[in-house]
Amino acid sequence: MPEGKLCNRKPINTEEYLQQVLSDTGGKQYYKEMEELDVDVEKLQASLKATLKSRLKTWLDMCAHCGLCADACFLYEVNDRDPKQVPAYKIQSTLGEIVKKNGNVTNEFLRHCMDVAWSQCTCCNRCGHYCPHGIDMGVMFGYLRGLLYSQGFVPWELKIGSGMHRVYRAQMNVTTEDWVETCDWMAEESEEEWPGLTIPIDVEDADIMYTLNAREAKHYPEDIAEAAILFHLTGENWTVPSEGWEQTSLSMFAGDWEACTMQVKTVYDAIERLRPKRVVGTECGHAHRASAIEGPYWVGRPDGLPPRPYIHYVEWVAEVLRTGRLKIDPAKKLKKPVTLQDSCNYVRNHGLADITREIMSYIVEPEYFHEMSPNREHNYCCGGGGGFNGVGKYRPQRNVALIKKRDQILATGAELVIAPCHNCWDAIRDLEEEFEIGIKWSFLKPLLIEMAIVPDHLKPAEDAE
Amino acid sequence: MYEILTGPGLWLAFAIAVIGLVVRTVFYIQGLNWKLDRVAYTAFPAAGAKGAIRSILAFLVPFGNHSWRAKPGFTVMFFTFHIGLLAVPLFLEGHAVILMERFGIAWPSMSMGAADFWTVAMLVAALGIAMRRLLLPEVRIVTDAKDWFVLIISVAPFLSGYMVVHQIGDYNFWLLAHIVSGLAWIALLPFTKLFHVVGFFWSRAQLGMDYGIKRGGMKYKSFDW
Ligand code: SF4
Ligand code: SF4
Ligand code: SF4
Repeated sequence: MPEGKLCNRKPINTEEYLQQVLSDTGGKQYYKEMEELDVDVEKLQASLKATLKSRLKTWLDMCAHCGLCADACFLYEVNDRDPKQVPAYKIQSTLGEIVKKNGNVTNEFLRHCMDVAWSQCTCCNRCGHYCPHGIDMGVMFGYLRGLLYSQGFVPWELKIGSGMHRVYRAQMNVTTEDWVETCDWMAEESEEEWPGLTIPIDVEDADIMYTLNAREAKHYPEDIAEAAILFHLTGENWTVPSEGWEQTSLSMFAGDWEACTMQVKTVYDAIERLRPKRVVGTECGHAHRASAIEGPYWVGRPDGLPPRPYIHYVEWVAEVLRTGRLKIDPAKKLKKPVTLQDSCNYVRNHGLADITREIMSYIVEPEYFHEMSPNREHNYCCGGGGGFNGVGKYRPQRNVALIKKRDQILATGAELVIAPCHNCWDAIRDLEEEFEIGIKWSFLKPLLIEMAIVPDHLKPAEDAE
Repeated sequence: MYEILTGPGLWLAFAIAVIGLVVRTVFYIQGLNWKLDRVAYTAFPAAGAKGAIRSILAFLVPFGNHSWRAKPGFTVMFFTFHIGLLAVPLFLEGHAVILMERFGIAWPSMSMGAADFWTVAMLVAALGIAMRRLLLPEVRIVTDAKDWFVLIISVAPFLSGYMVVHQIGDYNFWLLAHIVSGLAWIALLPFTKLFHVVGFFWSRAQLGMDYGIKRGGMKYKSFDW
């Protein structure tokens, strides 16, 4: 039963193995080895038996083959309505076949399944709303990814991503020391302009514990500074944990449920340890999905809720604007055409559509806010969700996928796209690079700091009147 | 023959259908798993019930959701087909007579004109659905033999019934064909995609609970189907 050195059924649990896979640039050897990787049929059968229960079985079985889900999928639309992109077809011809053959499938077939699962579905869950039987292909593709991961058929970057979570409890190699240092550094950097600003680490019983995306710690530390400034401006009693700060889950994209559990456990442990009143997560869609929506189930909490209320950044922003703790300078309200990206992960999947629009009402002059069409729960994926953005092998397909969002944005006439989601932000940046439509894109934090009225007592000494 | 089919035969078909549907429903509900499905089904009964009912109603009411509104032509065919399919056999005078004669049950019935109208409308809608399967690439690619089987077995009692009522062709042949195909349809409910007569409700309720409990229903507004 040959398994490769890099591509195999073993998860990445050590730094050494992680380094080996990482140094295989672009996954060349990895994908080569994948061609030889045997299918462990017994294991696949055992997984099916243990996890394919009535919901999924009924979905596969009862699908009326009516094709109503076709138009719901942006990938079907941007790929010239290719029938092979019909959600029902995509899942029936992959997971459906695996189930029909009770796991007796070939290496070639599983590689095909991998291509479909990671390049023809972003798990945006939109199709589920258009299916009369309520069949959610996004959920089923998530399940299929789990099966494929356990067989070793997973894109190189995502094998690494879930390995990062296993080894570092973060999607990137950021250690506890790196993280604490970054906080101290950002606090120092900001102090001059914001006297009294701190980034309090491991404070017990704070009102808010803040969690974020390891990318911020690694590549965009200014995002952490911005979060600190806004907490400072609003007088929040907040803290970050030294461990359990990483909120994302590339393992969720990879279908590595064990790593998902490990990762979110560190966050929940921090909550139990520091006992904050509630947790606020950064402007990230999938991180919210992983730690506030799916996480409780991974760790086995029967009420499906995190240990403390866990809110998305947009919920916190709406609250401080509503209560007047953060005041926007009316002169600085945005007076250029603006649109808003609804992230599937917390809008379609957590009902936050009104909240983000409430924020818009405070920061954009009403006549300048233009909705995309469709929007809210029915918005299309940015084009890069579910890990699509990060997989080099599927870059061409991802670039085609961006067309939908490009056209949606163009139709609004917006110059600025507000995208309170890391993945969406990336996708919109990439679509500007790819198609040069002349738009800007932004998270909320920098915009809010730009527009906020700073109370005198928070200004540096020489500025205060 | 006629007596046996519409007496014990009818009982048997109904018994198979009812027992089969109940058993499958029990298995379905037993197989729901809060941890695997990642939905806390029982933790929030009120939110779950609200989500389930909204989800079912949104698709039970014509044009009650974005999907129906996006495809008005299909929606009209779909509802015509299903209303005809359920209303005609349930409220046909000829059937009420059998219920009275065999089982002594007084059953309401619709006028012959209405039955004729719905039968023809249902058959036309079925033809439209079949054309869709043949002509639209996005439907053709997912269509398989089972889909055709279900469509044919559902249409057969109507076609043959129409022949009987209007005495076209060989009366005895069409009557037999009508009874056999009708009974087959009933008995096959649990074993084919016809399971959706109840499965539709369970599956919609499941997704509705998912949205009602986990995916935002308890936090903010209910989902706009
Ligand atoms: S979940 Fe989204 S991307 Fe996947 S098939 Fe459905 S609509 Fe398409
Ligand atoms: S809309 Fe639903 S029932 Fe129809 S083909 Fe798609 S998944 Fe199947
Ligand atoms: S990146 Fe944003 S829009 Fe795209 S799937 Fe994720 S949440 Fe949805």
